Amino acid sequence: MTTAKRSNTKVVGWCIAGVFGMFAFGFALVPLYNVFCDITGINGKTGGRYEGTTTAEADMSRTVKVQFIAQNGPHMPWTFRPAQTSITVHPGESTHVTFVAQNNTGRGMTAQAVPSLAPSEGVLFFHKTECFCFNQQTLAAGESIDMPLVFIVDRDLPEEIHTLTLSYTLYDQERMGEEPKDAKQVSTTTTKMTNNG
Amino acid sequence: MSAVIDTHDHSHDQDHHHGPAKGFKRWLLTTNHKDIGTMYLIFSFTMFLLGGTMAMVIRAELFQPGLQIVEPAFFNQMTTMHGLIMVFGAVMPAFVGLANWMIPLMIGAPDMALPRMNNWSFWILPAAFALLVSTLFMSGGAPNFGWTFYAPLSTTYGPPSTTFFIFAIHMMGISSIMGAINVIATILNLRAPGMTLMKMPLFVWTWLITAFLLIAVMPVLAGVVTMMLMDINFGTSFFNAAGGGDPVLFQHVFWFFGHPEVYIMILPAFGAVSEIIPAFSRKRLFGYASMVYAVGAIALLSFVVWAHHMFTVGMPVAGEIFFMYCTMLIAVPTGVKVFNWVATMFRGSMTFEAPMLFSIAFVILFTIGGFSGLMLAIAPADFQYHDTYFVVAHFHYVLVPGAIFGIFASAYYWLPKWTGNMYDETLAKTHFWMSFIGMNLAFFPMHFLGLAGMPRRIPDYALQFADFNMVSSIGAFMFGSTQLLFLFIVVKCARGGEKAAAKPWDGAEGLEWTVPSPAPYHTFSTPPEVK
Repeated sequence: MTTAKRSNTKVVGWCIAGVFGMFAFGFALVPLYNVFCDITGINGKTGGRYEGTTTAEADMSRTVKVQFIAQNGPHMPWTFRPAQTSITVHPGESTHVTFVAQNNTGRGMTAQAVPSLAPSEGVLFFHKTECFCFNQQTLAAGESIDMPLVFIVDRDLPEEIHTLTLSYTLYDQERMGEEPKDAKQVSTTTTKMTNNG
Repeated sequence: MSAVIDTHDHSHDQDHHHGPAKGFKRWLLTTNHKDIGTMYLIFSFTMFLLGGTMAMVIRAELFQPGLQIVEPAFFNQMTTMHGLIMVFGAVMPAFVGLANWMIPLMIGAPDMALPRMNNWSFWILPAAFALLVSTLFMSGGAPNFGWTFYAPLSTTYGPPSTTFFIFAIHMMGISSIMGAINVIATILNLRAPGMTLMKMPLFVWTWLITAFLLIAVMPVLAGVVTMMLMDINFGTSFFNAAGGGDPVLFQHVFWFFGHPEVYIMILPAFGAVSEIIPAFSRKRLFGYASMVYAVGAIALLSFVVWAHHMFTVGMPVAGEIFFMYCTMLIAVPTGVKVFNWVATMFRGSMTFEAPMLFSIAFVILFTIGGFSGLMLAIAPADFQYHDTYFVVAHFHYVLVPGAIFGIFASAYYWLPKWTGNMYDETLAKTHFWMSFIGMNLAFFPMHFLGLAGMPRRIPDYALQFADFNMVSSIGAFMFGSTQLLFLFIVVKCARGGEKAAAKPWDGAEGLEWTVPSPAPYHTFSTPPEVK
């Protein structure tokens, strides 16, 4: 009898250890997922500042079209657009483009741009040496800013990719995670942005 | 008498040796596995009727195109609550109830290994579901984002009641985990002398494996709702792109829980059917060992197939191929099981009492659901089927004739043991045929609707879907109303009827048939000897 009781404690102990282990594993999936995506690029998130060499010769025999999209997250009243919507580049060459943002409101605001690249197979071959998305942008009321983006399309970009589309979504850092209270207004803003872009 | 029961009896003043205490306290304070099993079964049937009522609202709205009965917002709450209540309130507690009643009887144990935790794990459930159902009356309404509660629908865009939903899920998870620990401890420690693992009835085996699955994935569910809680209330960004999170991560973590969860809902039914088919075929189960290994293989594979629920999120081709082939691999052990059930019936002297009818329907209809599952597993084809009624048809074919018919079969099979009376066979057969026809009428047309492109979770639809939807609704009303007949049959059986022998089914085997019917309040105080 005492044996049965002791082994109950043992079994329950192992089970509870399993439960806590799996609870921790659930949270461990978050960094694991991020590492996996960094390695494979499958979620379209472009990486941080590119530290690789920029001296490689550009591949003049090949051209890649890079398109830019800018859009606002919920609650974001800024004007936000790329200075040019697309550019044709040679793999290996360093290209400088600008995005324009203006804070139309009467108060200072801070925003963060979140990038996404399509197709995701191109993510590992799109290097940014300079990007406004590396930092948050703080603009005073009515202030406007030209934001730089310097990128290199890798010479090893798979042959079948001819176009890369880089999208930035601008989020208000004070109000992220809130549900849009006036969905209609947000969608109008988005449409206007697309037209501008 | 085990040490556990002794401790218990000293801690309360009630004298359990001479049968149950009287009144409400018997049920509130009971640590008896039979009482707790009964409470689980009654609770799950109540939830089945509640979730079923919501399904009736859904089908009534879809009876005709256009909006007739409910607002779209309320319709979304109905689909969400129907799914949550059926999964966590009806199917899972029903199997825990069957486990409580039958596992100690089947392995010759006097009770569950942890009787007081057993009581606790049951009584958490009514509280959890009271909390969940109360969200229907809160401002902003109940959760409306589907039972899969994908972020950001459930985080950024969820109603204010989402936090209550999260706590309800936490409580259900704790209850399930405690139930699973209890099952594992009982099976590993309290088997009668001579009852080796490979002599255990298959229902016990499938529950042992289910319990391990529960311990592995319910904490992950708790983790994912905790992340939601933090995103909603504490400003984290697990699933919020604005803060560097990723909504797709939600789907990965959710389905890492979600896919083993669907096996949690079906494996105990596999076990029950593997008891019932041999009994009414008057033959031993064909391929016992292969059945055990097949269940183990299904359980292991369930951990590496989750992304087949999300082929359309934008995965690399290599990922789609991996998850596609792993998913198809599950058809192999499942095929072994179906083969064994058919081989058990082959050349047996079969009779067709209600448990057997439900079991045969289980084998046939679950196989149909398995085939539509194989169709959905084909990654390139899934882009067409994804989020259509084809998916709805598929999972209702595996869950209704799978899990629910398995529970009905078990209920009829063991009712004589529980109540001491035989149920009304004519009424039970009527219940079977009405359920069988109603269920097929309700869910078969959904295959066609889905292939034609009708999306799931919509309150209104294009005109060309009208006829099939009407047929489907008629079938659903038929299936739903028939369940009241089941309630009547069970109540009638509990109140009286032809006395059942200790072993009312002549082909049945197992220790549970060696105790009298109804099973006495305390059984196997002295462990039986298993040869």
